[in-house]
Amino acid sequence: MRKKQLMTSSTSSVITLKINGEKHTLPVDHRTTLLDALRERLDLTGTKKGCDQGQCGACTVLLDGRRAVACLQLAVAAENREITTIEGVADGDRLHPVQQAFLDLDGFQCGYCTPGQICSAIGVIEEHAAGWPSAATSDVRPEAGPPPLSAEEIRERMSGNLCRCGAYVSIVEAVARAAGVQADERRGEDVPAGKGAAA
Amino acid sequence: MTTLTTATTLHTPAVGTAHTRIEGRDKVTGAARYAGEVPFADLAHGWLVLSTVARGRIRDLDTESVLAMPGVLAVLEHRNAPRLTTDYTSLLGMRPDPTCAVFQHDRVPHLGWPVALVVAETSEQAREAAETLVVHYEQEPHDVGFGAGHPDAYAADGHMPAVTEKGDLDAELAAAAVVVDAEYTTPEEHHHPMEPHAATARWDGGRLEVTDSNQGATWVVGELANLFSLDPAAVRVRSEHVGGGFGSKGVRAHQVAAVMAATVLQRPVRVVLTRRQMFSLAGYRSPTVQHVRLGADTDGHLRALAHRSLSQTATGYEFVESSAGVARVMYDADAHHTANRVVRLDVPSPTFMRAPGEAPGSFALEAALDELAEKCGIDPIELRLRNEPDRGPVSGLPFAGRNLAACLREGARRFGWGERDPRPGRRREGRLLLGTGMAAASFPAGAMPSTASATAHPDGTFTVRISAADIGTGARTALTLVAADALRTSPERVRVRIGDSDFGPAMIAGGSMGTRSWAWAIRVAAGELRERLALGTGIPPEGITVRSDTTEAIGALAAAERHSYGAQFAEVAVDPGTGEVRVRRMLGVFAAGRIVNPLTARNQLRGGMIWGISMALHEEAVRDRVSGGHVGADLAGYHVATHADVPRIEADWIEDTDPDDPVGIKGIGEIGIVGAAAAVANAVWHATGVRHRSLPIRPDRILAAAAEAPDA
Repeated sequence: MRKKQLMTSSTSSVITLKINGEKHTLPVDHRTTLLDALRERLDLTGTKKGCDQGQCGACTVLLDGRRAVACLQLAVAAENREITTIEGVADGDRLHPVQQAFLDLDGFQCGYCTPGQICSAIGVIEEHAAGWPSAATSDVRPEAGPPPLSAEEIRERMSGNLCRCGAYVSIVEAVARAAGVQADERRGEDVPAGKGAAA
Repeated sequence: MTTLTTATTLHTPAVGTAHTRIEGRDKVTGAARYAGEVPFADLAHGWLVLSTVARGRIRDLDTESVLAMPGVLAVLEHRNAPRLTTDYTSLLGMRPDPTCAVFQHDRVPHLGWPVALVVAETSEQAREAAETLVVHYEQEPHDVGFGAGHPDAYAADGHMPAVTEKGDLDAELAAAAVVVDAEYTTPEEHHHPMEPHAATARWDGGRLEVTDSNQGATWVVGELANLFSLDPAAVRVRSEHVGGGFGSKGVRAHQVAAVMAATVLQRPVRVVLTRRQMFSLAGYRSPTVQHVRLGADTDGHLRALAHRSLSQTATGYEFVESSAGVARVMYDADAHHTANRVVRLDVPSPTFMRAPGEAPGSFALEAALDELAEKCGIDPIELRLRNEPDRGPVSGLPFAGRNLAACLREGARRFGWGERDPRPGRRREGRLLLGTGMAAASFPAGAMPSTASATAHPDGTFTVRISAADIGTGARTALTLVAADALRTSPERVRVRIGDSDFGPAMIAGGSMGTRSWAWAIRVAAGELRERLALGTGIPPEGITVRSDTTEAIGALAAAERHSYGAQFAEVAVDPGTGEVRVRRMLGVFAAGRIVNPLTARNQLRGGMIWGISMALHEEAVRDRVSGGHVGADLAGYHVATHADVPRIEADWIEDTDPDDPVGIKGIGEIGIVGAAAAVANAVWHATGVRHRSLPIRPDRILAAAAEAPDA
């Protein structure tokens, strides 16, 4: 009934979004952000709305493999892009190594920032592997290659994702484990054995 | 009928062992649905309109043009909204916060006061219409100017007596060899859980159903039933997953507005607060001005302790940030005076925020102790050990276990405190100044009546129901471990269901009392169920259910000083060129009762300590005296600690218990923040030689203080 008002017009368009490898065609109000399209229209509520103004990182998704906040992206501008949300990072029932590490190392408390943290971490690991420097990188010359993914590097690169519960210590541990690096400041005394996806 | 065999001898206790969160998989896959994410057919969206003046009267609202906008279904405001009842006392013994009794009159008591709710078919339509709505005000002069010496301040009780006085303060101060007399200030601070407040209300067969994000379903049901004059049994509130609370998630304007709109439109209505709206509608921690006076003999023995705190509240609502209360537990003195005062201003209603009273109070008191230690030439830990009281300094009651000294000693050992040169400004690393600091901590350990039920099923599994809330504390998992032990079974065989008011009355997730109160009720129900099963009768298909109510048991608890304790240690690096303070490491050692799940407990305690870093260095809501509103009311203007601000943090605990609690729990939600900001501030003094008595310790404050220092 409501959808009738949202046909292609001067204020709405029918668009096709490619999300987690699947195409979705839907009419959207031009004001609709990618975040609201995911949450309100496509029932993909794993992407969270923490501030709706690009300041908290809870709505982080991957656009063509790179991190982006879905609240600052209009849905109509996301056509023809590969959108990956938290619902699309696992391999069927097998969790992504970042998800598994967050679960095993308790990299969250309330869980509301968690999908954004996980998508961001996946982006961080890929950006780092591709040799991208960060503000914490001491040698930024291209020939220097990727710096070691130290705790300091992880913290700097993850700083766009706020966690008000303050689970930062275990988030950094989880990112390090998923990246297969030795987190220099790990304290694993509570870690239940065995299930980790560490390389 | 199936007969259940209980193999008691094979049971391995679950409490005390690390367990990943039961809902963890749902949270890391995005499957966990929070309040604003549960789908409803025919859902309408409400958007609140907030006042743009700090005091006055609504003269008119141009609702007609807004009602003509696409998709708009209704505009609720004071002239057409359903009437509410506000003459009641809530579960927590408080009067309702007027900010949640929306649209009842034309008065505007603060900026950001809800003046209307626009309801439309889509959230975009509702938002645009809400932003288009013109509201005409008769503006009146306002006063938001908080500060020491406000003429309208008065002593107020809040959740503890306003004033305690013992001994002759002037005489003891005069007789003291060493005196500290200093004023400390903390700014307005906001909870900002990552999930904004959200609620969907609908009527279902004569029953009001609210899907909500809150810290206690029983609490919210009680408030809504009172406000709307409904039988509490006709109200059901559910909140399966809650994205943080920290004290801010009780009944708020959005739930009430959603219920009003659902009632008027007879269809489901969802109202979600925006991050900006949370600054005036979600409560906050009042700023404080605290005056601490300590008088001691040369050996550090306290002769005089005076702690006087001023906080602000709203004109129509009294909430007291009881910062002077922590001194009533921590230290004794021959003359011991404490007082909490408030001033009513044209500001939003403050409320409980993680360690209300203790968080700002411990900053002032523990910083003052550090100053006293310096003046006496005594190690700060030794000073505290010399002043350990053997009874409640004000109450005279015995302590039900006071393990502060053990925390201090263990923390000192692990932090390497013994190698510290007490002189400030001695350690350098390049241009950086390094320092270490410590503080002591306490937080009340309490329990409140709750009910629970435990059901044994024929297949050997169990279901436990309690209207608890897991706001990120890991309560769902902790309660599963507690229930498993009480039933002598494995956690995998127990399903704990929470977040539904239909499970019966229970305590909120608050005051560090949630898990303890719920665990108590579960333990009683599960224990009785196990006894029933031991009789060997079969289990019918519908199972065997036992209910519990801890009202009597908790009422029978002997009066005592019941608290958790902690010792906080911090190392900082201060850049004298930029004024930047960075925390390099932190250690907290706590005596917080029995730790149910070490994996989640350590995370939660560290979270509290991170709140301490954030409080010490970042958080500050700045109120503009001219407009009466905030400057930069968003997460870019209001800084909370992020990854790069948080170093290696260790939280650990010592053996501790509450002998009167069947599970020995004390609660760990708040003790982690207490004293943490003081430890950081004391480390900044040790690094720089300058005392910073106003939080947050911003770069400009470091630079200004360094410029004023005598040797600058």
